Amino acid sequence: MTLDSATVRKVPTGPARKGPTGIEPARLTAGQPGTARGSAAREGKRAVIDGSGVYYKTLNEQIREEIEQGAVEVVLENIVGQRYIGTGLAYPDVTVAVNGVPGNDLAAFMNGPTLVVNENAQDGVANTMNSGLVIVNGNAGDVLGYGMRGGSVYVRGDVGYRVGIHMKAFGASLPLIVIGGHARDFLGEYMAGGEIVVLGIGDDDTSVVGSYVGTGMHAGVMYVRGHVAAHQLGKEVRVEQPGEADLVRIAAIVDDYCRVMELDPREVLQRPFVKIYPFTSRPYGRMYVY
Amino acid sequence: MAYTTFIPPEFRVVIDREACQQCGRCAQQCGWNVYTFDSEERLPHPDHSKCAACHRCATFCPAGAITIKKNDLAFKQSDSLSPDLVKAIWRQAETGGVQLTGMGNDKPYLRVFDHLLLDACQVTNPSIDPLREPMEMRTFLGRKPDFLEVAEEGRAGGGPRLLTELDRQLQLETPIMFGGMSYGSVSLNVHRSLAMAAAELGTFMNTGEGGLHSDLEPYQDHIIVQCASGRFGVDSGYLQAGAAVEIKIGQGAKPGIGGHLPGEKIDYQVSITRMIPQGTDALSPAPHHDIYSIEDLRQLIYALKEATGYKPISVKIACVHNVAAIASGVVRAGADIIYLDGFRGGTGASPTIIRDHVGLPVEIGIATVDQRLRDEGIRNRASIVAAGGIRGSADVVKAIALGADACAIGTAALVALGCHVCQKCHTGCCSWGICTQRPELTRRLDPEWGASQLVNLVRAWTHEMAEVLGALGVNAIESLRGSRERLRGLGLDKTTLDILGVKPAGL
Repeated sequence: MTLDSATVRKVPTGPARKGPTGIEPARLTAGQPGTARGSAAREGKRAVIDGSGVYYKTLNEQIREEIEQGAVEVVLENIVGQRYIGTGLAYPDVTVAVNGVPGNDLAAFMNGPTLVVNENAQDGVANTMNSGLVIVNGNAGDVLGYGMRGGSVYVRGDVGYRVGIHMKAFGASLPLIVIGGHARDFLGEYMAGGEIVVLGIGDDDTSVVGSYVGTGMHAGVMYVRGHVAAHQLGKEVRVEQPGEADLVRIAAIVDDYCRVMELDPREVLQRPFVKIYPFTSRPYGRMYVY
Repeated sequence: MAYTTFIPPEFRVVIDREACQQCGRCAQQCGWNVYTFDSEERLPHPDHSKCAACHRCATFCPAGAITIKKNDLAFKQSDSLSPDLVKAIWRQAETGGVQLTGMGNDKPYLRVFDHLLLDACQVTNPSIDPLREPMEMRTFLGRKPDFLEVAEEGRAGGGPRLLTELDRQLQLETPIMFGGMSYGSVSLNVHRSLAMAAAELGTFMNTGEGGLHSDLEPYQDHIIVQCASGRFGVDSGYLQAGAAVEIKIGQGAKPGIGGHLPGEKIDYQVSITRMIPQGTDALSPAPHHDIYSIEDLRQLIYALKEATGYKPISVKIACVHNVAAIASGVVRAGADIIYLDGFRGGTGASPTIIRDHVGLPVEIGIATVDQRLRDEGIRNRASIVAAGGIRGSADVVKAIALGADACAIGTAALVALGCHVCQKCHTGCCSWGICTQRPELTRRLDPEWGASQLVNLVRAWTHEMAEVLGALGVNAIESLRGSRERLRGLGLDKTTLDILGVKPAGL
């Protein structure tokens, strides 16, 4: 419904602005719903949404609508940096495919679905994710898997800084991050559970992780292909050769990762792994006096 | 020669031997293991060094035979190196540890609230009797629009129609809510008491960073769930359950540092609520590692909005030196509510140096934040909740006059539940069953009774506030909000008065 401007009255809710910043109110209202919807097509249980020019809030509403109307596969085309794709999505049997580069906080608080990104992803992938599977067929940015408590994230390429911070495991929930390429500094800081595997596929010489690995880590385990020097480690963790049980687990993780990424696990397993784990589950237990 | 300790006991437990009935209740009630019994005479022998002056034994002694006194052991008078500082040096020399403490800052800094006086009507403008005339205490927290669009016609039944779509609001029947205290730091019975009271009062309790126990689900419409740096107990169900989500950036008692719930407090129930294994330390990092800027904060605010269907998002910050500029950024980041926590605010555990020396009074925080947001024309975009040292209804009224929309209480609520402010929350030995997970202690707090204590307290405060509003000649809390003209400062210096935006008494 369009309204004639003569019949619409704007009633101020407060005194006139005298802001020193000169910022126009309109610029502050990002996060308000955009109106343009993406064109959507349905074939049975498969829905395709064209994301060009669609605001993230509208796009995510459209994704939820399609799923609620019975779609089990949602394909997003022409994605250019829309944030929060899959955020808070709680449908276990749904697959969302992203064609293009999604924005930050992809799959944040996600609970169940499978989310496939066919290009690079940005920062904050799987932030506090609860369950489900995220596959990134490119590189991913910083803070991937922050506070993640379940599900898996498979990245084909490299990841940025502060990946897997404060991941935690509880009961049947065991979060897993597998990185096909390299990881930057502060991998697994404060880690409180779960598994991080860094493969560095194609690199048979250098270390595939950065510095400050596992700083403040107090539970969980990391398996890193190749070598990790003492100076790369946080002071709360140690590195050693994987035992029998570790090797079985590494093989199982690599097998599944290679199945998804269509790689040959035998080639990946040729370079040996090291295991990184914390000295104690209570690194600060004796720091205080009452 | 090696000594066990130089530190003398802080208190002396004095037992009237003639009155003592030798019933043993003191030993049974004490959470600190102060008492042992002489097996033949059945006489209690106190170990003074363990006493926290929590008064549990004295309250429950049927003969009234127990008195807790300060240990009068004299130290040579020194205004510089007080006995407390000397004892702290000994304690740290003996252990090498960082000193921990509980509750809020107890040091004698200026209490601004105690230097503010309220106005009242005399002769020329009539006061209102709240016993006979309605007083509107209802408060809405959340983003208000910049302007309202109204069509002159179109309402069902005729008349103008509101076109602007309003953001979701939290509706409080009184501008007092309960501050965030996690299950784990306090007992589940405290959480039950708070949740039941919040539902009955039409206000809100806040989970703190410990997750939401399933027993509290019936009250979820009156619960604000917290998302802090450790993300304990946070999943999509938890976010959906709350009436609003609070991002905890900082806490008044310990600005700038994280939290650390020791493994001893993580029992089975706490572990399933926090979603971490039993007996492990729960470490909350100092920052959220996905928030290094205002833009990052905005990202998390909108991630939470996306995950909750656009519920109000609160951001809790501690009052620190630049709080006004920070608050402006927080509001521009999209927070619907900004929760300001002053340096008197309580904690379950904080390094003593942080609790006692970091932060600012909430009074300064409210005044500077309210003024800054008004100056920038964005005050309508977020409500201000003030907390951290709200001790009574007078503080609530003054905070609202300074510019807060509502206040939150934590310590005061625990005192209503029996807390004796002994500042030993971090030990997990709380004899009153409040700040402990030991089942023989937590069962001492009956949630039904606890809820009735809290309801009584908040109702009484609300009545008192209505009396003040009546004296001020206004009939709605809304009319007092930010009305600093109704405050005068007594004994405050000019700079402080200018910062508060309050005139000195006499002007």
